[in-house]
Amino acid sequence: MITKRIIPCLDVKNGRVVKGVNFKGLTDVSSPVELASLYSVCGADELVFYDINASFEERKLFTDILRETARSVFIPLTVGGGINSLDDFDRALKNGADKVSVNSGAIRDPSLISAAAKRYGNQCVVLSVDAKRVNGEFRVFAKGGREDTGIEALGWIKSGIERGAGEIVLNSIDTDGVKKGFDLEMTAAVCEISRVPVIASGGAGKTEDFITLFQSVPEADAGLAASVFHFGEIQISDLKKAMAKAGIPTRTVI
Amino acid sequence: MIVIIDYGVGNLFSLKSSFAFLGIEAKVSCRASDIRNADKILLPGVGAFADAADKLIKTGLADLLSEEVRRGKPLLGICLGMQLLFQKSLEYGEHAGLGLIPGVVKPLEGYVPRSLKIPQMGWNSLEIVKNSPLLQYTPPGEYVYFVHSYYAADCAPYVTSTTDYGVPVTATVQRSNVFGCQFHPEKSGAAGLNILKAFSETEG
Repeated sequence: MITKRIIPCLDVKNGRVVKGVNFKGLTDVSSPVELASLYSVCGADELVFYDINASFEERKLFTDILRETARSVFIPLTVGGGINSLDDFDRALKNGADKVSVNSGAIRDPSLISAAAKRYGNQCVVLSVDAKRVNGEFRVFAKGGREDTGIEALGWIKSGIERGAGEIVLNSIDTDGVKKGFDLEMTAAVCEISRVPVIASGGAGKTEDFITLFQSVPEADAGLAASVFHFGEIQISDLKKAMAKAGIPTRTVI
Repeated sequence: MIVIIDYGVGNLFSLKSSFAFLGIEAKVSCRASDIRNADKILLPGVGAFADAADKLIKTGLADLLSEEVRRGKPLLGICLGMQLLFQKSLEYGEHAGLGLIPGVVKPLEGYVPRSLKIPQMGWNSLEIVKNSPLLQYTPPGEYVYFVHSYYAADCAPYVTSTTDYGVPVTATVQRSNVFGCQFHPEKSGAAGLNILKAFSETEG
């Protein structure tokens, strides 16, 4: 049976993981390459590298880090952050990414989704959506959740899938950072309208939050989190054991 | 030396890196001389069947691959590369493949239960149906990473492992020196590296 995926997200700035601390056995706690390798060994099913750089020089450093990681970590890698053109897709894919996630770039120009899907295949194109409740509907936010676009999220996701997005990352701004669990209601609403895999993001604070997600919204395909993994609050290997115990299909590293 | 066929389809970075990591010599090329001189051939592929088949035929690679296989050289097709080994595919019409293994590539849509998503994307476990040199380091139940919307059908005598996506789905195949895997060994962690290592040890 296909398993539910656990996906750590690494925010990378200036070649370092932001928020990475306190890992036993790591000589360099904020080295993206070391952290990626550790996560892979612990049973992470995929990794997301999020580029929070601004300058050209920093972008180049990010690409170097990606290449170096892809040379030694053999699980799917998704790259996000600052993806605005087919050239950005190309750069990420040529340097070891398997999937590329678009967010603000797709809001500015929705045809980027279809152009990328046509050139690289739907499986390469991940539509990442930051959504928040506004006036009784789910609203798409841009610029890292700072700007209300006025676009209704479910319709946006539906049209994104029609344009060729092969996967959805749903980040609920309402639950993000609160560490009280995933946004079950919003995730379920998105799963209802999506025939492509849906990755829930935002709000995981403990192991049980992942179990609640997969038990309450069995259509959700994966759970994504950042700081709870980086800070060691949740060990991926323990999380997977707990998922298996709860009867959730999960990949255990043999 | 293993030659990874570069015919403009898909991302070869991870495959190349996997062999480098294993310390196995591999070269990315589309040159006939490299393919003839290689000990083993790896046919990757991501994207649409018709486009890929077209490229193989137009470049003469289709004939060259068949010739090398007749000479006994091991060939491994990965993902779309595996699907291309079959006689034909029903992806957007009907298109001829390389015909190295009897069978037809069909859509998962209509085959797997409606509640399951298409493509099958993620980690699923292998049920080993038959011993194969490709699976010599692979214990039953091993997890590997799949991304696909079509599957190999009508090829039962050649199926060496399956995966359960509501129904059994062909995961690996073998017909003498021709091998295929539907999943991505280069994205399947240690389990996948073991499969690539096993392929490098097959004898022509």
